[in-house]
Amino acid sequence: MSPLPQQLVVVGGGMVAQRLVEALRARDEAGRWHVTVLAEEPRAPYDRVALTSYFSGRDPESLSLGSPDLWGDPCVTLVRGRSVIALDLAARTVRSDDGTVRGYDRLVLATGSRPTVPPIVGADLPGVFVYRTIDDVAALRGWVEERSAGLDRPVRGAVIGGGLLGLEAAGALQALGTRTTVVQVGSHLMSAQIDLGGGHVLRRLITRLGVDVRVDAATARIRANDRGQVGRLELADGERIDVDVVVLATGVTPRDELARAAGLAVGPRGGVVVDEACRTADPRVWAAGEVACIDGACLGLVAPGYAMAEVVVDRLLGGSAVFPGADTATKLKLSGVDVASFGDAFARTPGALELVHSDPAAGVYKKLVLSDDARTLLGGVLVGDASAYAGLRPMVGRPLAGDPSAHLLPAGSGAGAPGGDLPDDATVCSCNNVTAGTVRAAVTEHGCIDVAGVKACTRAGTSCGSCVPLVKRLVGDELLRAGVAVNAGLCEHVALSRAQLFDAVRVTGLRTFSEIMRRHGTAVAGRGCDICKPVVASILASLDDGHVLDDERAALQDTNDHVMANLQKDGSYSVVPRIPGGEVTPEGLLAIGQVALDYGLYTKITGGQRIDLFGARLEQLPEIWRRLVDAGFESGHAYGKSLRTVKSCVGSTWCRYGVQDAVALAVRLELRYRGLRSPHKLKLGVSGCARECAEARAKDVGVVATDRGWNLYVGGNGGFTPRHARLLAEDLDTESLVRTIDRFLMYYVRTADRLQRTAPWIDEVEGGLDGVRAVVLEDSLGIAADLDAAMARHVEVYEDEWKATLDDPVKLRRFASFVNAPSTADPSLAYVAERGQVRPATPTERADPAVLVAGTTLAVRS
Amino acid sequence: MCGLDDLVLERGAAALVDGEQIALFRVGEREVLAVQQLDPYSGAQVISRGIVGSRAGAVTVASPMYKQVFDLRTGRCLDALGREPQDLRTWSVRVESDVVMVAADDLEAAAVPGTDGTDRTDGTDGCAGSAGSAGTVRAAAR
Ligand SMILES: Cc1cc2nc3c(=O)[nH]c(=O)nc-3n(C[C@H](O)[C@H](O)[C@H](O)COP(=O)(O)OP(=O)(O)OC[C@H]3O[C@@H](n4cnc5c(N)ncnc54)[C@H](O)[C@@H]3O)c2cc1C
Ligand code: SF4
Repeated sequence: MSPLPQQLVVVGGGMVAQRLVEALRARDEAGRWHVTVLAEEPRAPYDRVALTSYFSGRDPESLSLGSPDLWGDPCVTLVRGRSVIALDLAARTVRSDDGTVRGYDRLVLATGSRPTVPPIVGADLPGVFVYRTIDDVAALRGWVEERSAGLDRPVRGAVIGGGLLGLEAAGALQALGTRTTVVQVGSHLMSAQIDLGGGHVLRRLITRLGVDVRVDAATARIRANDRGQVGRLELADGERIDVDVVVLATGVTPRDELARAAGLAVGPRGGVVVDEACRTADPRVWAAGEVACIDGACLGLVAPGYAMAEVVVDRLLGGSAVFPGADTATKLKLSGVDVASFGDAFARTPGALELVHSDPAAGVYKKLVLSDDARTLLGGVLVGDASAYAGLRPMVGRPLAGDPSAHLLPAGSGAGAPGGDLPDDATVCSCNNVTAGTVRAAVTEHGCIDVAGVKACTRAGTSCGSCVPLVKRLVGDELLRAGVAVNAGLCEHVALSRAQLFDAVRVTGLRTFSEIMRRHGTAVAGRGCDICKPVVASILASLDDGHVLDDERAALQDTNDHVMANLQKDGSYSVVPRIPGGEVTPEGLLAIGQVALDYGLYTKITGGQRIDLFGARLEQLPEIWRRLVDAGFESGHAYGKSLRTVKSCVGSTWCRYGVQDAVALAVRLELRYRGLRSPHKLKLGVSGCARECAEARAKDVGVVATDRGWNLYVGGNGGFTPRHARLLAEDLDTESLVRTIDRFLMYYVRTADRLQRTAPWIDEVEGGLDGVRAVVLEDSLGIAADLDAAMARHVEVYEDEWKATLDDPVKLRRFASFVNAPSTADPSLAYVAERGQVRPATPTERADPAVLVAGTTLAVRS
Repeated sequence: MCGLDDLVLERGAAALVDGEQIALFRVGEREVLAVQQLDPYSGAQVISRGIVGSRAGAVTVASPMYKQVFDLRTGRCLDALGREPQDLRTWSVRVESDVVMVAADDLEAAAVPGTDGTDRTDGTDGCAGSAGSAGTVRAAAR
C-alpha cells in the first residue's frame, strides 16, 4: 500500500455520495483515502427525501444531511456547482465543465437520476416544472406565489403522474393554495406500489383533500395562454383542464451519460451495470445509488442507495461486502393520507395468498400477502391506516405470530405486532439499516434512556421517520424490562404525564397546587415551575371551573392567563372580545371602535373572525374590559389554552347555496364551549354546505352541513404541522352532533399531553381515529356518561372571567403597572405610526424621538 | 418600596425606582428577591410577569416572553433555550416590619462582578441585557 493516500473521486453530490463519504470517514481511520466529491448542484448534499418540507417554510439549511464538519475534514474535498462532462477510463481522469481534469485511483459514479420529461408538446413552456432539486422547488414556489398575486382566483395546478412523487407534489401545490388536479396515465394512483383495490380507496382519500384525480388519462398536449405561459392541458379523451402551473412527475431516468460515453455497460432501461459489489466492468469504477443498475434494475429509493454506499466503502477498505438486496418498502409522505407498500405487494410469489380488509366508506384498504401455508408474511399494502406498517415491514419473510387477520384490524384493538416480538435481526429502520437488536442494545448497552438518545446513537428514524413509532415501542419495552421508568413526566417536579396527572387529580379530588404537589409530585416538587404550574392550573380549570385568578391558583398561570390578555413583543397586551360565530351588530362594532380610538389601540381583524386590539398596557386592561363588558361583550379567551373561536360562513340564512344555518350552530357551539380549558388552543368551524367557505376542515372540530344534517370532522390543525381534519361521523342531527363534539372535546381535555394539539393526540389514542370514534360514538370505554356530565358542568358554571375580575377589588390589584406607582405607564413603551395606526417602535426608531407617537398614552375621552 | 402585603406569594411585581424598572418576587412568607425587569432576550420590561419555580433547588423565574429561565437569587440564566446565556442583574432586598426595601448601597457593590454565584449582590456578572446601566442607577429605596 502506498504511503500517500489514494485518490477517490465521487461524481455527484447527492444523498448517496454524502453517505459514502460519511461511512468512509468513519471507517478509514488510517487515512488511506482522500475523497473528492464533484457536485453539480451549488450546495452540499442535502436531504432530497424531505424536499417537500422546503415548502412549509423551512430554509435549505434545515435539509442538510449529517454533520457539516464532514466537509471540513482534511481528507475530504467538496467541489460544488461543477458538472463532470467526460470520463476517461484509460487515463483514469474525469473532466469538469470548467476544464479541470482530475485523476483518480478509484471512481464512484453517484449521479442519481434526472426527472423524465415526457415527449408531450408544450412540456417546455414556462410554468411547467420538474421536482427533484431545491432549485426546482424554489422555482415552483416562486412561480405559484407570483401567479397567485396576479390572480383574483386560486391558482390552478396540475400534476402529471400519480405516483409517490406526483402525490407528494400535489400535496405541496395544495398547501401553496393551488387548486390541484392529478393526471394519471395508469388505472390507479401509485400503481407501482399498490394494487387496484388500494388505488380506489386512495383516490377517495386524495379527493377528500380537495385534489381532483383523473385516471386512465393521457396528456395529449400542453397549450400556452396568450402570454406564452402554460395555460391548459388537453387530455387524450378530449377533456381540457385550465392550469396556471404544471408539475411533471412521470418518473426518473438514471444519469448514466458519462458511463455510456466511456463505454461502460448500461442496463436495458438505463443505469450503469454493476455486480453485487457495486463494481462496473472496470475494476476501478463503481456506481452507487439511483444511477446503478444492480440485479438488472435501478432503484429509486434512498435505502438501497445507502446500502450500496456502505458496500463500496467496505470494498475500498479491503472488505468483501455484497449488496444485500433491495428493500423496496415505501410509505407515502403526504399528510392526512396514509399509504404504505412493502415486500411482495402484488403477490407475485407462486402460491401466495392475499388477505384483504377493505372498508371504502371509512377509507381503509389493507392487504397482507402470505406464503401458501398462510403463515409467513411476504408483503402488504396499507391504505388509509398504515399504523401497522412500522411493525409489519420488519416481519417480511418471517412467520407471523397468531392469526394473521388480526393484523388487519385497527391498531390498538389488541392485535398488531408488538415490538417485543421482533427478532433482533429484523430491520427496523431500512433507510439507515438499523435492526431491532441495535435499537435494544442502545438502551441496554449504551445507556440511552429515550427515543431522542436512541435516534442519535443508532441513526434509526433519522431519515424518513416512518419507523419512529416502532423505535419508540422498542425503546419503551426495553426500558421497562431494564426497570427504568419510561420518562413521560412533565418536568423535574412531576413524573406523571399530563393525562396521568389529570386522572390522579380527578380521583383524589385535590384542588390546591400544594396538595397536588405533595401527593403527586416528585421529591423536589415544592414550588413547581413554568411547565407544571400551568398544567395544574388547566387541569383544575377543567375539573371545577374556579376563576383563573382564585387564591393560590393565580400564581400558577402563565402571564396571558394571569391577566386575561395576550402578551405582545413589547410587553403590552392585546384584547379580544368574544364575537360568537363572527356575528356582530353595528352597535357592537361601534363600541369596539370607540374603545380602540380612546386607548389608541392598533386594530386588526383576526383569522377567527373577530377583532384584536393591540397595545393595551397592563394597568389599562380593567378599564378596557369595563367598557367592553358594559357594551355587552365578554372575554374571548384569545389568551388561553382554551376554546378560541367557532368560525362560520353565512350559511343558509343568506347564502344561495347554504343547506343549513351555519351561523346559528356556530353561535351555539361557541357559547357552549367558551372558557373550556384544554391542553392546547382549540378552534372550531362550521360551513353551511360542502363548498366549505369557513375552512372548517382546518379546525380541531369542523362541521360541514349536508342535506341530511352535519358531517363532523376532527383533528384539523394549522400551525407548525398543518393537518386536515378527518371525518368522524356523517349526517348527524344537531343534537347528536353537539353530544359527539362534547365527548370528543372532553376526551381530548382529559387524555392529551401538555401542548399536544388534536391531530397528534388522535394519532396517539389507541386505534387512532377509529379508536376515538369508538369512544365517543360507541362508548367503548364506558366513559361517555362521565364525559357528558363533565361538559354539562362546564356549561353550567361558566362565567365571564373579565366581569368576575372587575367585580373583585382584590383581583384588580394585580393590574398595577408598578407596586410603588400603580397607574404610571411603563416608560419603555414606544410607538410609531404606520398606515394610520400605531405599532411598537424598532430599536433604531426608539433612538429617534421624532418618529415616536404618544400611542396608548392618549388621554381617555369620556 | 412597598408593603409586603402588596406582593402576592410566588408571583412577581414591577417597581419603578428613578426610572429603573425592578422585578420583585415574593418567594416566601417574608422573603423577597429583586432582579431587573428588562428581559434581555426580548428587550421588553416583563420579567415580573413570569412564572416562579425551581430548577435543581434554585428559585427561578421563566421569562413570560420566550421562556428562558433565570435563577432569582443570582440572576444567572439557567436555561437559555438555545440562545447565548444572558444573566439578570440582582438587588438585595430587606423586609423590615412588613416594608420591602431594596438596598441603595447595593448599586456600588453591583459594579464588582461576583464570582461564586451565591452572593446576592453579584448582579452584573454577564448582565448584557441592562445596557450597561449597572452601577449608574440610583435606587431611592425608602
Ligand atoms: C421529492 C422527492 C421525494 C422523495 N421521497 C423519497 C422517499 O420518501 N423515500 C425514498 O427512499 N426516496 C425518496 N426519494 C428518492 C431519493 O431522494 C433518491 O433515491 C436519492 O436521493 C438517491 O440518491 P443519489 O445520491 O443516488 O442521487 P441524488 O440524490 O439525485 O444525487 C445525485 C447528484 O448528482 C449530481 N450529478 C449528476 N450528474 C452529475 C455530473 N455529471 N457531475 C456532477 N454532479 C452530477 C446531481 O445534480 C445530484 O445532485 C424522493 C425524491 C424526491 C425528489
Ligand atoms: S359554505 Fe356553502 S353555505 Fe357557506 S357560504 Fe359557502 S357556499 Fe354558502
